[in-house]
Amino acid sequence: MSHLTRAAISLDPLLAEVMSPGCGGTCVFLGTVRTGADEPVAGIEYSGYEEMVEAEFGRIESEVRERWPDARSAVRHRLGLIPAGEASIAIVAAAPHRAEAFAACRYVIEAVKQRLPVWKKEHRGDGSTVWMDRSGHTVVQ
Amino acid sequence: MDGTIRVRFFARYAELVGCEETALAVTLPSTVADLVRRLRTELPGGQEIPERPLTALNLKHVRLDAVLHDGDELALLPPIAGG
Repeated sequence: MSHLTRAAISLDPLLAEVMSPGCGGTCVFLGTVRTGADEPVAGIEYSGYEEMVEAEFGRIESEVRERWPDARSAVRHRLGLIPAGEASIAIVAAAPHRAEAFAACRYVIEAVKQRLPVWKKEHRGDGSTVWMDRSGHTVVQ
Repeated sequence: MDGTIRVRFFARYAELVGCEETALAVTLPSTVADLVRRLRTELPGGQEIPERPLTALNLKHVRLDAVLHDGDELALLPPIAGG
């Protein structure tokens, strides 16, 4: 199944991929588009190197299986223009115990922030656009 | 020996050079750094790309000293901002 979508992310299919009777803890992380502190933000346009995103997610999932063999993880990243308040990424991780579920979920989002070839362009309320870095700061033009 | 490398640009870099991909004939052996140097000098807007950008070869992050092979796909990646 693709890790990418252009529609709003639905959690139920993701949860169904990872939950099982043997998993006593399930951790969910949602990354959402937030309104700016200084500039009103209409939304963020996400684009990616889609073939590499799929390959990189496959590598990240393999790493999760190696580190936490009993954990199961699933992820969706949304591309396109996402309005403020909606999710750009959802990660779910389930494991027999909560510590592994939290750790696996945290591992995936940190790997995404470091390695996933996705970029975001902020659409501001005044109609202007700016490229953003991973910390949400404007890229120097 | 000569080879052809498919080069892809994304996000801000695609805007800077005005295209999303190109193909370059290269003399082999060559490295990613060799090709980046050529792209920066030969493409309009190429000078705006950093001397040491993030790069991916055949869908994997690589360092600039990675060696190119005929038919490779090289991508120049602006700073990552996923999530």
